[in-house]
Amino acid sequence: MRKYTPKDNVQAKAKYTDRFWVAPRTPRSAVEGEHYEAALARLKESVEVLDAWIELGQMVVTIRPEQNIEALRTLKEECGYAMCSELSAVDYLAQDGEFEIFYQLLNLEEAKRICILTRIKEDQAIESIVPLYAMAKFAEREMYDMFGIVVNNHPYLKRIIMPDDWEGHPLRKTYPLEGDEFASWYEVDKIFGKEYRDIIGPENRDPARIDRYDTQRFSRIGHEVPFGADPELVDETETPIEYSSDVLVDYNKGPHKVLDKRK
Amino acid sequence: MQQQPNKLKPFFENLEFERDDNTMVINFGPQHPSAHGQLRLVLELDGEQVVKAYPDIGYLHRGIEKMAENMIYNEFLPTTDRMDYIASTSNNYAFALAVERLIGVEVPRRAQVIRTMLLELNRIISHLFFLATHALDVGAMSIFLYAFREREYAMDLMEDYCGARLTHSAVRIGGVPLDLPEGWLSDLTTFIDKLPEQIKLYEDLLTENRIWRMRLEDVGIVTPEQALEWGCTGVMLRGSGIEYDVRKEEPYELYGELDFDIPVSDRCDSYGRYRLYMEEMKQSVRILRQLIGMYAKTDSQLMAHAPQYISAPKEEIMTQNYALMQHFVLVTQGMRPPKGTVYAPTESPKGELGFWIRSEGEPYAYRLKARAPSFFHTGILQDILPGTYIPDVVTIIGSTNIVFGEVDR
Amino acid sequence: MAQHQVNYASSGGLPVALTTVDKLLNWGRSNSLWPLTYGLACCAIEMMASGASRFDFDRMGVIFRASPRQADVMILAGTLSKKHAEFARRLYDQMAEPKWVISMGSCANTGGMFNTYATVQGVDRIIPVDIYLPGCAPRPETLQYAMMMLQKKIRREPADMKKRKLQRFV
Repeated sequence: MRKYTPKDNVQAKAKYTDRFWVAPRTPRSAVEGEHYEAALARLKESVEVLDAWIELGQMVVTIRPEQNIEALRTLKEECGYAMCSELSAVDYLAQDGEFEIFYQLLNLEEAKRICILTRIKEDQAIESIVPLYAMAKFAEREMYDMFGIVVNNHPYLKRIIMPDDWEGHPLRKTYPLEGDEFASWYEVDKIFGKEYRDIIGPENRDPARIDRYDTQRFSRIGHEVPFGADPELVDETETPIEYSSDVLVDYNKGPHKVLDKRK
Repeated sequence: MQQQPNKLKPFFENLEFERDDNTMVINFGPQHPSAHGQLRLVLELDGEQVVKAYPDIGYLHRGIEKMAENMIYNEFLPTTDRMDYIASTSNNYAFALAVERLIGVEVPRRAQVIRTMLLELNRIISHLFFLATHALDVGAMSIFLYAFREREYAMDLMEDYCGARLTHSAVRIGGVPLDLPEGWLSDLTTFIDKLPEQIKLYEDLLTENRIWRMRLEDVGIVTPEQALEWGCTGVMLRGSGIEYDVRKEEPYELYGELDFDIPVSDRCDSYGRYRLYMEEMKQSVRILRQLIGMYAKTDSQLMAHAPQYISAPKEEIMTQNYALMQHFVLVTQGMRPPKGTVYAPTESPKGELGFWIRSEGEPYAYRLKARAPSFFHTGILQDILPGTYIPDVVTIIGSTNIVFGEVDR
Repeated sequence: MAQHQVNYASSGGLPVALTTVDKLLNWGRSNSLWPLTYGLACCAIEMMASGASRFDFDRMGVIFRASPRQADVMILAGTLSKKHAEFARRLYDQMAEPKWVISMGSCANTGGMFNTYATVQGVDRIIPVDIYLPGCAPRPETLQYAMMMLQKKIRREPADMKKRKLQRFV
């Protein structure tokens, strides 16, 4: 039987994993007694906090997706987290059927950072945080573009990075790194039309491929033919390129060094 | 020769605009000499005044975040070079720092000194490049030539250290690969002795220059509220009067021990930002001077000792069996950081560059998000361009100092 | 008048240079190649460096032009993304004949290290390329050498467009 390959996660997999390998977890500590305690208490008053811990120098809080704007408003207006550094999503569709959205907040006075995590289902939309942080005008568009997560009440929710007529959302785990059929012909279809696919040919995804019969991309030094001409029909007595002797050595002259005696 | 058969139509047939008055829509880019790469701005003009501006990005999207998910951590490091390609080491470093925090290794002191030196050298390279291109866009051609002259000497230093001019990859996860070559420190001393004179030359040419001031003063106003809302960092934030520098507030490497100032301007315009860039270069020179003294006091270890994650030094690999086995596993399979989330902010020349990494205990990052400062500095264009005039658009794009490898990733 | 009579052929003072029209045209074309500033990514920085003070491209008659209508050579410096491909072709179409293309850097040649969904795997999929310039990023010297190679190539070509055996399409 042909080997079954799952299509829901085409990310590169580890080539070998030990049978008894258990991945460790980064050290997590409780929020109590830390600097973040006050902010967490405020947050708990306004929204339901599912979990909160301190990990690698910042507090991580998980909340419900419906309350994202309320939680961020509390942190921005009451706790001084005036800047949202970054927001985006993580694709957990294959495991849980969910996206995880993170908001990375920064308090400039205290130089402290909070990461807010929330999970939504695949077909669920999330509320835009543009009224609080204008950076979401761009960041949420990028999230929509890359993951296909719909953001409600966003002023201009269009693709930002990929072209408007692009198909698929590249950062989903189902999307292969080298692109799908649509992606591989995108520029040919757009510029020349589908009928030129045969003339141009498929993409070469092997960077080490050398075709010695391909005289358009590879040439024998000193026996070059004009671009696209048939090497058989071209007169061999054409003047070779003149090399200045101090820059390039013309390897076509003189006896060849035979490296492999079998040939 | 006849025109080639392709089905590209005149451009504006593809666009739809709602035009209820007699405003004109012009297309700026994506190939425009002063768009700093591949920015495309769709500007709606009333006379010469910009009414609306839509920054259209993504013309340099190369899928770097997707690549990160399909490459082992060490393999991905050279790719980060191509993000902010004007100061590559700052990207390498930001990525290495995030992974180091994730796996929890301590970098040896000499590696820290070398890294900080390279970061500051990169800051100088980047700021000189900013000055050159910004001045060229505004119309001061000679500054372009002068600034590139100094930049070439800084590039020579980078080349002497790591062998590459532009894409350095000079930082590894857990340290640096090489010690400083012989005579490098004296070359660096020569460079930082010369550089302040050159900076003075640029300032003499520009700072009080009437045309320069007319073009830059009160152009591209970014209010502090806008800067905070848009997540502006670096000079864009400090140019609006908010003092926040990751090097000072959340010190990494040796910045906690070094003595330097963070220049802040409350002018909020392009001229203030230009002054900040000049001032930051002087501070970088000051930092480099202190680092030269620190270098001699360190011992020779360059890579952190963490056999689970980082290969042993070459001598050990060649002499000890176990080190060789570890090295083989780390190269073929890659390190497996613990499960967890990390965000490591650094102050790159453009602003706050941070990598958000979600690891699931696999040799491949489950998700890597590069928080690029230029991305948000491009976004703010749509808020600050309306109301300005066409010639100022170029000045404003120049003074945001965006780099498109980073915007589109 | 006899004393003024100079035998140009024998005394070495020949004020007449004999050449072909092809050579004359190609001499002119190859010595003032004006490239289009088509900086796409990292290589654009090296392209700028080669135009700036240390490497000084102007001494080779190379002056960067911002408009495709004034340019002879298109230096595709950097990664060409699929979103941008359309514009690259558009600019190529806008350039006046004769025109040449230098693909600078691994990304432009083959896609290079960016073997991803968003990168055109070699600009020769959409534009005919004359010189491929390897390196990531190529040094300014390499770009200058490529320009010299292009000059040699131009001098070998027939000046008349119709005589060129060009299949200007991949």
